[in-house]
Amino acid sequence: MASKLTRANRAGWLMAFPGVALMTLFIIVPFFLAFAYSLTNQRLASPNAAEYVGFKNYSDLLGVAVFTLEPERDDSGAVIRDEDGEIEYPRLRGFTRNNPDYPNLAGKREWFSWQSGENRTVVLASDVVFMKALVNTFTFVLFVAPIQAGLALCLALLINQKLRGINIFRTIYFMPVVVSIVVVSLLWQFIYSPGEGLLNNVLGWLTFGAFEGIDWLGRTDTALPSIMAMSIWQGVGFHMVIWLAGLQNISPTLYEAGEIEGAGKWQTFRYITWPGLRNTAVLILIVITMQAFALFAQIDVMTQGGPLDSTQVLVFQAVERGYGKQDISGGSTISAILFVIVLTISLIQRYLTRER
Amino acid sequence: MKNLRHATALAAIACAGMAQAQTELSLWYHGAGSANAEEALVNQVVADFNASQSDWKVVLETFPQLAYNDAVGAAALADELPDILDVDGPVMPNWAWAGYMQPLGIDEAKLEGFLPGTIGRWNGEIYSVGLWDAAVAMMARRSVLEENGIRIPTLEEPWTREEFDGVLQTLKDTGEFDYPLDLGMAWKGEWYPYAFSPFLQSFGGDIVDRDGYQTAEGVLNGDAAIEFGEWWQGLFENDMAPGTSQDAADRETGFLEGKYALSWNGNWAALPVVEKFGDDALFLPAPDFGEGPVIGGASWQFGIAKTSEHPEGARAFIEFAIQPKYLSAFSDGTGLIPSTADAAADTANYNAGGALEVFYELSENQAKLRPVTPGYIVQAKVFEKALADIANGADVIDTLDAAVDEINEDIENNQGYGH
Repeated sequence: MASKLTRANRAGWLMAFPGVALMTLFIIVPFFLAFAYSLTNQRLASPNAAEYVGFKNYSDLLGVAVFTLEPERDDSGAVIRDEDGEIEYPRLRGFTRNNPDYPNLAGKREWFSWQSGENRTVVLASDVVFMKALVNTFTFVLFVAPIQAGLALCLALLINQKLRGINIFRTIYFMPVVVSIVVVSLLWQFIYSPGEGLLNNVLGWLTFGAFEGIDWLGRTDTALPSIMAMSIWQGVGFHMVIWLAGLQNISPTLYEAGEIEGAGKWQTFRYITWPGLRNTAVLILIVITMQAFALFAQIDVMTQGGPLDSTQVLVFQAVERGYGKQDISGGSTISAILFVIVLTISLIQRYLTRER
Repeated sequence: MKNLRHATALAAIACAGMAQAQTELSLWYHGAGSANAEEALVNQVVADFNASQSDWKVVLETFPQLAYNDAVGAAALADELPDILDVDGPVMPNWAWAGYMQPLGIDEAKLEGFLPGTIGRWNGEIYSVGLWDAAVAMMARRSVLEENGIRIPTLEEPWTREEFDGVLQTLKDTGEFDYPLDLGMAWKGEWYPYAFSPFLQSFGGDIVDRDGYQTAEGVLNGDAAIEFGEWWQGLFENDMAPGTSQDAADRETGFLEGKYALSWNGNWAALPVVEKFGDDALFLPAPDFGEGPVIGGASWQFGIAKTSEHPEGARAFIEFAIQPKYLSAFSDGTGLIPSTADAAADTANYNAGGALEVFYELSENQAKLRPVTPGYIVQAKVFEKALADIANGADVIDTLDAAVDEINEDIENNQGYGH
């Protein structure tokens, strides 16, 4: 016997069918496949059958160890220093490679280290590239989500006015969203180009030639910020439109009441606009966070993760491993980890922004 | 009028009848939208073959090069491979191992005199053959070298490492160039292992130990490799060559415009150099870093898909395509090196005294295949990243160690790649 849900909604189910079927085929099934593959050694192309390997892929990615390096000492026990007075340490490869005394360090590489007295404490990771990708992705999200949401709100407030020709501004702000991200990335590559790039030229002109050209995408300290700036510019129009929809949902009677009560501009925003945007804000925060975690095309086109892994991110690594290096299980494992991260953060955001 | 219509109908039936007699063979090719005559030439070979006999009809489908390997991989998973495949030389062992391809089955006598880089072997059998090879040379200008008192190296006596380092310093000191040497760092991807692993091999290292292809330990991180890595890093530290953020446009035209004194580039880029500098243009052999001068060999080749139901037809097409006249035609149309000396004699650029003749000798004398192993696809990517990182200032030994670990782990995960 059919339940009321299926019987009463036959037409509804029929209409939903194409969408549900496609989503099942292209999102839900691959999603479960990724989890399954991450427990095997599945390859993209191989005559060898895939085998179940348990959580090996996860430990290969997430393995971390801490190790304290003691300085090299001469016969009298004094610390050896080089010409610059820096303490000399034995090379880590002596411990991490073919050294049966330190099985927990085998195959690991230095991730970062700090000085403590004469000793140097080193944090080693099984997969330093993955760790850097993890950190870069979080950095990207932490900067992009608030800045992009804030800028989008400012733009939305600016264009939410009844002025002549305001549609021109709306179109201009929204334009980057419509252009393919690959095209945008290629164009920005020219803008960031060292030497004769547009940005360097403009900065040089503004400072009357005092500005020295910067290789924006070729330096470890400017590459990721450059990509952040470009991503914010590209995405801000989309979220502006969502804010705008939220703004236009606020009843004009509230503003009229505020005006009668003599509210100032800031008070109007603080006590009428902002509370009215509550649900929109939650939506935008979650959407931007998820989009920022999925950063891929800009990296693929502009830097390929370089220089020195300063722009490695999770999705790029998943694709690079899965397709580039034919390691489907490795790529799947990164996807699975990314899913857990995004889910956790979304749940936390939902909890923090819940109706009280 | 009515008669005419009858005649057309008859002709149509006749055509259909002919087409039925010929069994269709599919051919995939990587050169869609190529800038030169490559695509037209492939079409020509296919048309000639179809007209030359009545058993087979080859149907050509071309792909953009960047999407080609992915298309083949996807087709293999879906069991939709064409009969005849076009395959990049170093990738062939991977496809053969993964079961995409079957041995050619062509009589080896027919391949006599072919350049070593044009024949693809895996596990003792020939899987692919190419109509051309490519070679890399140090492009230079005679006038620049002579003005600065630099010896012009020959195949017999290439520059040694000390000499080459001295040449770079001399050219840098002139102050006439942005950089003395252009390595083509803007060309990400296969260019890195293709163009730069020969330097490593000349130092005495390699990407992987070719004795069994089971490990890179001691080869990619041995003393020779570390020496190479330090030399490599020095090129960028001392501003001898533009690094990984080189502008792609500068790579294309920098040497022609005089921004660089030397350019490490392939023969496909040689014709514009000859046009621009005429007799002043020089194509010099690779420097000898200790273990002899080396350049990379092997380019795109033809092979037969394992799933092909008509391998004899595919074989007939490939045998047809490797006739000397097509080798010459491809060379004339694309500037690539024809696979045999006979064909070379008939070309515009590689005949005796031709503008690019030197490349044939380079290919014949210095070419070394990239590691012939299914794992090459991964190893090439690891090598590329290691070289980019070292160029950007990463610790040489740690970077090479990490590359070795990654390569070894991949070999292990693939159960030795069937060697």
